[in-house]
Amino acid sequence: MIELDSLVKRFLHKDKEARETWKTAVDGLSLSVGEGEIFGLLGPNGAGKTTTIRMLTFQTAPTEGRIFYDGKELSEHERELKQLIGVVPQHVNFDQDLTVGENLELHARLHHMGKEERRQRIAELLQYVELDSVVNDRVRRLSGGMKRRLLIVRALIHRPRILFLDEPTVALDPQVRRRIWELVRRMAREQVTVFLTTHYIEEAEALCDRVAIMNKGKLISLGAPLELCRKLGAYAVEWDGSGGREYRFFRERKEASGFAAMFDGQEKVQVRRTNLEDVFIELTGRKEGI
Amino acid sequence: MLWDAWTVFWRDWVVLKRRMTKFILSRMVAPILYLVAFGWGLGRSIDAGSGSYLDFLVPGILALNSMNISFNSIIPVHAERIYHKSLEEYIIAPICPQAFIVGKVLASVLRGLISSAIILVLAVLFGAKFTVTPLFLAVLVLNCIIFSEIGFWAAMLIDTYEEMGQVNTYVLLPMSFLCGTFFSTQALPDALRWFIEILPLTHTSSLLRSIGSTGEGEMASVLVLLFYAVLCFFLGNRAFLRLRR
Repeated sequence: MIELDSLVKRFLHKDKEARETWKTAVDGLSLSVGEGEIFGLLGPNGAGKTTTIRMLTFQTAPTEGRIFYDGKELSEHERELKQLIGVVPQHVNFDQDLTVGENLELHARLHHMGKEERRQRIAELLQYVELDSVVNDRVRRLSGGMKRRLLIVRALIHRPRILFLDEPTVALDPQVRRRIWELVRRMAREQVTVFLTTHYIEEAEALCDRVAIMNKGKLISLGAPLELCRKLGAYAVEWDGSGGREYRFFRERKEASGFAAMFDGQEKVQVRRTNLEDVFIELTGRKEGI
Repeated sequence: MLWDAWTVFWRDWVVLKRRMTKFILSRMVAPILYLVAFGWGLGRSIDAGSGSYLDFLVPGILALNSMNISFNSIIPVHAERIYHKSLEEYIIAPICPQAFIVGKVLASVLRGLISSAIILVLAVLFGAKFTVTPLFLAVLVLNCIIFSEIGFWAAMLIDTYEEMGQVNTYVLLPMSFLCGTFFSTQALPDALRWFIEILPLTHTSSLLRSIGSTGEGEMASVLVLLFYAVLCFFLGNRAFLRLRR
């Protein structure tokens, strides 16, 4: 469904001496995503996740490389392929002068939907996310969680086949986050391909069929969350070491327990299953979101 | 293309409709002040040749007001790009980029024309005499198009609110006073006059004045305005497309 072939994005920026130099935000990214898959792009801040999504959603052109949807190259079939995608941006970017209903109406009109279809689809989606009561309110009056749900609704109005979500649950409380996850899962069940970026490891583990981990613009690991954990070692031992919390990974629980038994009880030793956060820290050297 | 331009225009129309009363009332303040201060006040002591100074002044006020309103009506697109990021909605949408520009420009032209209509009514109430012909209206529309396109171009190029304000200070304000609006450009020193006579607002003022009094205008000036309209559309379009670089 989605194919990225050696994608590169360079920006002009000013270095410490205020000289203009090229900065590589995405460096030779190649991957493919299947239909109906929930695919997560993980990475610390500045890894190149948002730039990748911006290239995939026509907001910035790649410096090098190609992108294909359904085998068609983006730059050659722009208007046709724009109809296929729905985008949930990281920031709330509604038109502040319009009401909730007018914002959705504008989106539907921009996607060439007929009057009756627009009316039905907007009513149906607003009801689904329980926002039908605020249809005539200005967007700025809504809570953060409502705005996030509304962003997803807007992206879904024209029935896209690919849904891009850039940090969809950032700064939301756990209840709202779980409602959004349920919405995303429902989309995938309806064969919508979901491509999301997140720096919440828990979110990637809960939602994604496969994840790609990026660091400094490069792809450093790709696979199903469980598969990535197994590669590192299915079991983790963590303890209080001289430099803070330390970790070691083992294939078998027996090996992990044997290693843990060597401590004298002062180090708060814990044996547990390896999770995606361990993979992330091992590969990027950073805690999530740092 | 037409449907997309209409959609973009529709958005601005929804907002304008909601604020129509406020818009009309606020647009009456500046013209009334100009007409009172320069038409009734100063104007009584100014010799404007054959007609009154008020008759001379009204086309100038129309030109400068339609310029200011059209320019400032399109400026919110700057905040949509830099602060609210709502411009992304149009960039991602399957619409022709030029349709976006056309829709935005048309909405600003509408505001410029409503504002001009208010001035025409006020001018009649103040006792000014002028003729409104289809060519007179066409020149007003062209003026609105040019300055909304310049506003769009600036909004796509400039990154801060402060710099946007400077366009008003360094470009629009001097033009408001020097381009044959309050006095003839013949009163200016030669070097400055030549420069001022290249600018679009000078052509609009002079056309509106001659059409308003005699019913006829210089076709060369109409062609200059058409040239500016095409050039500014091209510049705005290029700046808009560059956002995706």
